[in-house]
Amino acid sequence: MTPSLMLAIAGGGLLAAGVYLLTERSLMRILAGIMLASNGVSMLFLVVSGPAGLAPIVGEPKYRISDPLPQAMVLTAIVITLATSAFLLAMSYRSFQLEGHDEVADDVEDRIVRRRADRDLTSESYTQHEADEVPTDTETGGLEAAEDEPAHATTDPTSEPDSGKISGATSPTTPTQPGEAP
Amino acid sequence: MDLTNLVPIPVILPLVGAGITLAAARRPRVQRVVSGVVLGLVVVVALTLCFAADRVGPIVLWVGSWDSFLGIALVADRLSSLMLLVSSIVTALVVIFPSRREVTDSPDGVPVSIFHPTYLVLTAGVSNAFLAGDLFNLFVGFEMLLFASYVLLMLGATRERVRAGATYMVIGVLSSTLFLIAIAVVYGATGTVNLAQLSQRLADLPASLQLTIQLLLLVVFAIKAAIFPLSTWLPDSYPIAPASVTAVFAGLLTKVGVYAIIRLQSLLFPDSHLTPLLLVAAIGSLLVGILGALAQGEIKRLLSFTLVSHIGYMLIGVALGTEAGMAGAIFYVAHHILIQTALFIVVGLIERVGGSTSMRKLGGLSAVPVLAVLYLVPALNLGGMPPFSGFIGKVSLIQAAFAQGSPLAIVAVVASVVTSLLTLIAVMRVWNRVFWRPLPEGADTGRTPSLRTVPRIWIAATSVLVLITMSLTVLAGPLTAYAQRAAADMHGGSYVAAVKESLR
Repeated sequence: MTPSLMLAIAGGGLLAAGVYLLTERSLMRILAGIMLASNGVSMLFLVVSGPAGLAPIVGEPKYRISDPLPQAMVLTAIVITLATSAFLLAMSYRSFQLEGHDEVADDVEDRIVRRRADRDLTSESYTQHEADEVPTDTETGGLEAAEDEPAHATTDPTSEPDSGKISGATSPTTPTQPGEAP
Repeated sequence: MDLTNLVPIPVILPLVGAGITLAAARRPRVQRVVSGVVLGLVVVVALTLCFAADRVGPIVLWVGSWDSFLGIALVADRLSSLMLLVSSIVTALVVIFPSRREVTDSPDGVPVSIFHPTYLVLTAGVSNAFLAGDLFNLFVGFEMLLFASYVLLMLGATRERVRAGATYMVIGVLSSTLFLIAIAVVYGATGTVNLAQLSQRLADLPASLQLTIQLLLLVVFAIKAAIFPLSTWLPDSYPIAPASVTAVFAGLLTKVGVYAIIRLQSLLFPDSHLTPLLLVAAIGSLLVGILGALAQGEIKRLLSFTLVSHIGYMLIGVALGTEAGMAGAIFYVAHHILIQTALFIVVGLIERVGGSTSMRKLGGLSAVPVLAVLYLVPALNLGGMPPFSGFIGKVSLIQAAFAQGSPLAIVAVVASVVTSLLTLIAVMRVWNRVFWRPLPEGADTGRTPSLRTVPRIWIAATSVLVLITMSLTVLAGPLTAYAQRAAADMHGGSYVAAVKESLR
């Protein structure tokens, strides 16, 4: 069997475009990316299923029918993509309801940890504090010293002190501004 | 008695249950009873399969009785039935927790009737992935559990959950796409997706093509198993879900990926171990995961990072490519499913009693001794303190690594001992701050912590789970022997023989 070069190139191109769109922050572009990528994969299945032939029905001469197995797989994949798209559409609408846009934001807790690390490196009082505290305070290591500083709750409006708690749909605060992160 | 017809039950029964609970969406009591009965039955079936597979070898069922390799095969050998048993115990115990309020912590307090159907579909997907006898059915199993997990992660669709769910879903879709590409390549190269046939036909392919296929599948499964450097999605998404959902995710979903890697390495590519590559990934997971855990101030996130870290232990066992290593990995998977679920469940209880999972806001919970014991036992177990199963699992992995003896394996041993100690530090930090420190000033919620806010059945279920993790110590002998036989199975080719035999 000689695979079709055109189909392979087309499938690869669709996949590349799809993966590029997946890296965007907007959910609608991600949706477009998923659709393109899944069509690309379907094309790859067409490549491996060999040359086109008659419908695979019992009774047709065996050497003239096309391979039914990849078709079954592609059908399954298409159905799954349909469900994924529907779910993603619902999700981006919900995101639009909550935030007014459909962009994926950064993780709040992650930013808190990162900010704490920055403070550890720059703050003189912290290094002083650590030097005083560590030899006596064996129970809690230096790691925690910075946690008790109340600083970040006031200096940065984007950090919610308790991000473990769900802020709820009605909360007017915007936890993060997408795009401002590196 | 013909046991082959028992094999599809763990997949079919939860799906039927999902249908019933969906129809009974307005009756939470009916939903709970149906879920409980279904999951209890699955435990019984899994236990039967476990013993049967041990006695008569792999049990194979061809769905629809197709008379060639075209059909869908479900295979229950020692490995898959052991995984099935452990996972069904976990799902059956955790389903007790989401009572009326817990799943429903959506802001408006409306009961989320979708929980039970989705949870049962998740169970069916996990069972299907464990039992799958061909690559495409494995893909379908993954899709079922992934889709259910998207829904469960975003229950209530609050702001935080939609944010975390979006990342999680994109990663899931990406790995599924890669899996499909891998299946297309495999089918194009060999003309089959049946695992037993593949294990014979793949060996005839050119070496470069073999390596391509192996690496493609490894990347797919490594994303699902959250192996460094493909693990960054996990600590971001898991902690956001409701506590009981996180417990099941942490216990089961990554382990399905590990199971797939074990199958891939032992059945499809028994001669290509890729030991250096996998050992480096394992060491990376161990160290990066646990260092991440030490930096966290939120308990659920801390545990998610230890989850990433401890996947490294299982990967060491797989990477060694020896029977002893594989047996150690299988034992560790069984141990870790139970222990990680137990810890997340206990953190759910801590959240309920203390009102938060942030260490900054918790303290003084030693006033609730039951909760303290329930936390301490699994925590010590995770850290690998001697009497517990974590210690036994780690020791058998370290022994296997020494037996293999390459320099990189010795480095892996060092990394795993260091990780074990750091894990102990991480969980003991929680212990000190949450239980023994007085409640920090300003965080006083105006109520004394007590167990009265927690339904009694939750305490009972958590205790049962913790007791099961402790019983792993007592059962370590038989379980290790079982894991060794399971590992020997895969290297000895009895899987392939049983699948071929079943078609006659």
